[in-house]
Order: sequence, then structure tokens, then C-alpha cells
Amino acid sequence: MKISKKVREIPPSGIREFFELVIGMKDVISLGVGEPDFVTPWNICEASIFSIEKGYTSYTSNKGLYELRSQISRFLKAKHNLNYDPEEEILITTGVSEALDLALRALINPRDKVLVPNPYYVSYYPVAFLAGGVPIFVNTKDTAFKLTPSIVERYVSKGVMAILLNYPTNPTGVSYSKKELLELSKVFIKNNLIVISDEIYDELTYDFSHTPISSLKSMKERTVYLNGFSKSFAMTGWRVGFACGPREIISAMTKIHQYTMLCAPIMGQIGAIEALRGSNRYVMEMKREYKRRREFIVERLNEIGLLCPKPDGAFYVFPSIENTGMDSLEFAKKLLKKEKVAVVPGTAFGSQGKGHIRISYASCMSDLKEACVRIERFLKARNG
Amino acid sequence: MKEILEILEKDARLTPEEISKTLKKSVGTVKKAIKKFEKDGVILKYKTIINRELVREETSSVRALIEVKIAPQRGYGFDHIAERIYRFQEVVSCYLLSGTYDLLLVVEGRDIHAVSSFVSERLATLDNVRGTVTHFLLKKYKEDGDILKRAERDKRIAISF
Repeated sequence: MKISKKVREIPPSGIREFFELVIGMKDVISLGVGEPDFVTPWNICEASIFSIEKGYTSYTSNKGLYELRSQISRFLKAKHNLNYDPEEEILITTGVSEALDLALRALINPRDKVLVPNPYYVSYYPVAFLAGGVPIFVNTKDTAFKLTPSIVERYVSKGVMAILLNYPTNPTGVSYSKKELLELSKVFIKNNLIVISDEIYDELTYDFSHTPISSLKSMKERTVYLNGFSKSFAMTGWRVGFACGPREIISAMTKIHQYTMLCAPIMGQIGAIEALRGSNRYVMEMKREYKRRREFIVERLNEIGLLCPKPDGAFYVFPSIENTGMDSLEFAKKLLKKEKVAVVPGTAFGSQGKGHIRISYASCMSDLKEACVRIERFLKARNG
Repeated sequence: MKEILEILEKDARLTPEEISKTLKKSVGTVKKAIKKFEKDGVILKYKTIINRELVREETSSVRALIEVKIAPQRGYGFDHIAERIYRFQEVVSCYLLSGTYDLLLVVEGRDIHAVSSFVSERLATLDNVRGTVTHFLLKKYKEDGDILKRAERDKRIAISF
């Protein structure tokens, strides 16, 4: 069988083999998980179960249940003073992953260039590439993994039409204050860039409040705002996300969505309605717990000799392992073999993740404590 | 500093050193705050939650929830009579409620007979106790926010992005 040239051109993931290693090993403490360790709040599960019992098992409209779109619209208005019309400016998708794919396919013409800050979430490169675009990596290593206006300017050239933003960022945990976003938005406007902004970790911003870039002046018309329920409501397996943006873009995305996905699963959509309707007490509790774990893990990692800046959000830290003399993959492999702790090599997230590892603190405190003890022992054994 | 209470309520075995890391406070500050909570009686004690169903016991015990109707006393309200009741060792918990009865007790005894004799001889005979209704407890599912089951295995795949 001949597989398409395009698919063959997607570079293979360099750490597949490492994954198999982790999955095949028993009693591993995994700090490599990119999803909450909490289960979905029961009120959400219960609402969805009840709807199945009542026979809600059909398709929904392509755009998603109107009730959900209108809840999202109200939620964004109340929380960020964002105005998105539930009729024409909101599309419910099968997670942010689908929304990202739709946005890129709806916007990109062959050989259009798309800026991708590096390190980046694993799907950004392949999805932009599959859409026919040319991903241009923006090196953020020298600015502590943060985009700055001058860095963006350096990479803007003829043919660059969009930038993929993700903040708080997976894998680095970096995020941006309103002031920083304002500065960046000026460059985006000046260079006429479309911003595809994946803000799935927005609720997990710990030291300041999250600002959607589309809420800034003159940004709404050039931004596709992506968000979902996976991280804030611990609903990863439900696959519900949404895209908000200018009506032409949402309508173009809907066109693709209706022929490929048709609609997001109704059970997930009903769960999402309950998520927005119900109390956010549980969300806040999870956030406080993540914040405490962040403080703990940052302190401990620095204490045991891994340089680890404190991230602004998400549930990842991205410490440097350069001083160990090992590269990312080697470090992760040896740590797994010697101490049965799994972390993700930074290079899984692009070339600029070199010399780093991603540690997820979406694990209970006792596992985090034990994992730190093991990492400490691992480092001591190498140094001594 | 109130966050210390939230943390300890979930896991009382976290050390002041560990708590200090999670809160970005010095160990000394955390220790002092805990001492003060203990001194002020905010923290009463540290206990362990045991799933009794899994413990083979030589001496078994039964529990009953008992509704108690009471005539309040002038000058004391319910407090005085409540104290006379909750001081009995058999009484594990004691709550004052609104509604059709006044006190709700959780009473523990060696067996059904021990509980019923406690009710008939000790409790019902007290002055001011107007009546009791006893419900024997058959099974505990959840108590004070804890589901009485072993924590379930992590169902997530070991690595994801």
C-alpha cells in the first residue's frame, strides 16, 4: 500500500520508542501525563448519564447545541467581557485539537507561512504542515521561552500570515500578562497577522488573571480563540472544545467540520453545558491544589539541583537538565530505568526543548514527593 | 494561613517543611501557625480514617443513628441536656438539628442489645428526653467527604502530551 507523500513527510516522533518503554514498565511514577489527575466532577457526569437515559443520543447541529454555544457566549461575556454571537461566531468542536486543525485548514493557502513558537505543543507542526502551510519556528529559548515583540518582528517576513499562540503554554507553563499581550498585539496588528490562540489552560493561571488576546483592542477581528473543557473541568476524554472568531472564519471552519466531524458528541456537549451551569467550586479547588503542587515541585527541583523557573500556569514545569551533562532523551531514559520515574524529554516539543524535560504536576502530592526523592537519588548517584 | 487547614484536612501527614514549600512560606512561619491553630483549638487533633469493613475484628460493634426529642431547659436551651448525653462513651457523634426532632446521635455498642439497652436505660430515662427513634446503620458509603473505598487506580495513560 502506498501512503500519501504528505503523510510520509511528517517527521516521525523521536520519542516513540521511549513511550513504549514507559508503557511497558510496571510501578512507574509517571510525571509525563498531560491531563488532570482529577476525574470529571460528578454533577457533569451525572447530567450526561441522565441525558443518555432520556434518549439524547443523536447528532446535534453542526455548530453544536445552541444551548451550549449560548452558555459559552454568556460565560465569556461575564468573565472576560468578550462578545461572541452564539449564532455565528462560536463553533463546538471535538476538543481544541480539532478546532486548531479547522482553523488552519480554513485559513491557509499552499505555502503560506505560519509562525510556531518553539518549543510547541506536539500537534502544531504536523497540523500546520498537513493544512499546506509552512511552519516557521520562532526560537524562544533566549527569552525564557517567552515571545517578545522584537522576536516576533525578527521572524515576520513576506508570506507569514498567522501565528499559533498557546498560553499558558504546554510544555513550558509560560504565560503572558495583559501588558505583555498588548505589546505583542501591536506587532500582530502592524504585520497583519491572524492569531490562532489556544487558551485551553486559561483557568490554570496562578499569579495573575488570564487575558484572552481577543479581548484586546482591534484583536477580535484577527483572532481565532480556542478553548475547551478538558483542563479546567477535567474533561479530557469528553472531547469538547470550541472556537470563537470572526463569522467568516467560523463559517469556513464549520464548512470543513460538517463534512469531517459532523458534530461533537452530544454526550460531551451536554456534559459541557452542565459544567458551565454548575458551581465552579470544584474548579477553584483543583486550581488551588495545582498551585500548591507547583510551589512544591519548583522548590524541590531547584533544591536538588535542577534549574527550574516558576511557570505562570498550566500544570507543567520545564526544568533545565543541561548541568547533568545528559541530553533530554538520555536523561528521561536513564531516570526511567534507574528510578522508575517517567518525564517527557523536552525535545518532544521541538528543537528548542533541548536540554529540558517536561514534568507534569497533575499527580497527587504523595507521588510528587516520592518522585522528587527518586530524582534526587538519581542525580546524587551520578554526581557521586 | 487558613490554607494550612485546607491542606492538613486533606493530608495530615504533610510535614511543616513540605507545607512551607507548597505555600512559599518559611518553615518557621508554618510551624508557628500550626502551633497557634492547635493552641486555639482550631486544630483539635490528628486522626486516621480507617475503613472498618476491611478490618477483621475480634470484637465487632454496631452503630445506630438515634433521633432524640428534647424539652429544652430554661436558661440552658439544649446545651445542658446535650452535654449529659454526649458525655456517654457510647455516643460517637451528637448534633443539634432543626426540624421534627432535636438531637441526632451516633451511638456505638458491642451489638444490637448493647445499643438498645443504652437507649432504653440511659437515654430514654433522662429528664427532658421526650422520645427517641433508633435506626441501625447497615453500611457506610461515604463519611465526611471521604468515599469509603480504596482509591481507584489511575486510569490515565502513562504518557500523553
